[in-house]
Amino acid sequence: MEDLRFRHPIRARASGARQSAIVGVVASGNLEVLVERVLPDAECAVDIKTAAVGFGEVWSAVIGDFVERYSPGGLKFSINDGGARPDTVSLRLAQAVRLIAENGQ
Amino acid sequence: MTAPLKDVTPAERARSTSFYEASARTRLELLLDAGSLIEFIGPEQREVSPHLKIFDLPEQFDDGIVVGHGRLDGSPVFVAAQEGRFMGGAFGEVHGAKLTGLLRAAREIGSIPVLILFDTGGVRLQEANAGELAIAEIMRAVMEARTAGVKVIGLIGGRSGCYGGGGLIAGCCSALAVSEPGRIAVSGPEVIETNRGVEEFDSRDRALVWRTMGGKHRRLLGAADVFADDDVQDFREAALELLGLVGPFGLDRLKAEQERLAGRLRSFGACGDAVDIWTAEGIADAQAVPEMPADQFIALANRIGRTSRDAR
Amino acid sequence: MLDEIIASLFPDGHDVRCDKGVIHGSATLRSGGRMLVLGIADRTALGVDEAIRLSGHLLDSIGRDSGAILVLVDSDSQRMSKRDELLGLNEFLAHLAKALIHADINGHPTIGLLYGHSAAGALLATGLATRVLIGLPGADPAVMDLPSMAKVTKLSMEALQEKAKSTPVFAPGLSNLAQMGAVHMTWSNAASLADQLEALLADMPTAQDRRDAFGKERGGRLKAAEIAERVRDLALQVR
Repeated sequence: MEDLRFRHPIRARASGARQSAIVGVVASGNLEVLVERVLPDAECAVDIKTAAVGFGEVWSAVIGDFVERYSPGGLKFSINDGGARPDTVSLRLAQAVRLIAENGQ
Repeated sequence: MTAPLKDVTPAERARSTSFYEASARTRLELLLDAGSLIEFIGPEQREVSPHLKIFDLPEQFDDGIVVGHGRLDGSPVFVAAQEGRFMGGAFGEVHGAKLTGLLRAAREIGSIPVLILFDTGGVRLQEANAGELAIAEIMRAVMEARTAGVKVIGLIGGRSGCYGGGGLIAGCCSALAVSEPGRIAVSGPEVIETNRGVEEFDSRDRALVWRTMGGKHRRLLGAADVFADDDVQDFREAALELLGLVGPFGLDRLKAEQERLAGRLRSFGACGDAVDIWTAEGIADAQAVPEMPADQFIALANRIGRTSRDAR
Repeated sequence: MLDEIIASLFPDGHDVRCDKGVIHGSATLRSGGRMLVLGIADRTALGVDEAIRLSGHLLDSIGRDSGAILVLVDSDSQRMSKRDELLGLNEFLAHLAKALIHADINGHPTIGLLYGHSAAGALLATGLATRVLIGLPGADPAVMDLPSMAKVTKLSMEALQEKAKSTPVFAPGLSNLAQMGAVHMTWSNAASLADQLEALLADMPTAQDRRDAFGKERGGRLKAAEIAERVRDLALQVR
């Protein structure tokens, strides 16, 4: 297993009212993303535990793209990864942002 | 992007969602009244398995099971749903303890039923002792809850089936609903083949696996009282139906179950294959059962009329 | 070995017999009371045929007799066969466990005595379905054997044995199961089993399942009791 941490300054707060949301499952080629609205509006954090060791640069690029595109200010993402491909990671991150943008708890 | 979904009612979504393909969370969301689920120790609590790191394996924040409270047609229910894709839905220490705690509360309250959405290969190997013991505790808690008047309903239709100790817990439930892909057994196909050889059981023969352990055979045997089509709405309706049918547990039930199971051995103990059992049940074209559409199969199963009602 | 154990347990007489691996009979206690004795011997696999006989003996007895029930265990795993699964082995094993649990909470305290091997579904349906599970020295339960584990985890036997030194959570053995809270105590072979049985019967724990609490006290399962308690509390609040 390998632990990775990314911190990004963000221009705008993520929309929505939910405090947390979860998408995905931990399985081979899959991952779960837990997103929580717990940070100051201008920050975003992504903490990753991955079964695929040595892909730090790929993760860095995927997270960089995601942050640029979705501006997830105030959100902390916690990821358990079973060795997902980058496109699956991007998909789950986008799903997580959409889900926490919904109204509700 | 989500706009087209707004016109779709929850029931329609539940009808068009495969129970087999859906995640544990999606199953619960669509099975229960919309928005009614309150989860206990959700993923944000990060109560992960303390043992998987010994094996350098990834954890899941809910340890592969969602437990909580919700409503079904307005009435309160406790629910537990296993995630069959994480570690094969297997029972570990935390995973099992969540279900044990839920059942203990149900016993104390006495009037709120419990729905268990099984999706499990049995004991989680990496924490085998903790998982085995968790299953023993759950079996005890199911029976104590049933003794206190709680209805415990099992719903089986997930990709990992209901194997190993999961099969024993299912056997403790007040009633079961099962779909065709929902297999129920103790030893899995690979386990039998590994221990007894491919002549005893060829685990790659999928047709053999389905007709020996699958939902249709379990329904025809009377092990499950309701056969559900593979969509979440059908499981919701099955759960409601079973909640209306189930009566209290007691010694009379155990004696009736003894008769039911002994009778099964007398009638079918010499059968070599499921098709032989179905033929002995009086099904003219038993070979056709695996391919039969759900509505025809349900009519057939009801005509055969084997149930475990009042005898489990 | 079974004969010696039964003789040491019941010096005041018994009619316990073993037929094709299934143990059944009753015995006189020192107090004068009777005890139903059931079990599985000779490392017999627990299949549908064995399970239905055991549950039958149990259900015949509990309507008629009073007193505690002893379950002797030296089994293989559940019987792994096409026939047993075809006939619904899960129901037969669950039925046996249910009958034992029902008896226990209705005035027939159950004691399991693990004197040999047992594993997986067979252990769940017998020893782990009793109120108090006792181990005898030399008993060797294995939820999962290490060679099978090595195959699935793709780890070497040596690596597994090394890991097993630091945790009781996966490896076979009586002491590991005791540390997890599954085995209440291990009796001594040096003292009379009858004395130890009488002492247990005189001081029988309540029917409440405290195995998770034992697991915590003994350091084998640190989380189970706390998680179950927290879920229970949350569930009681929500109604």
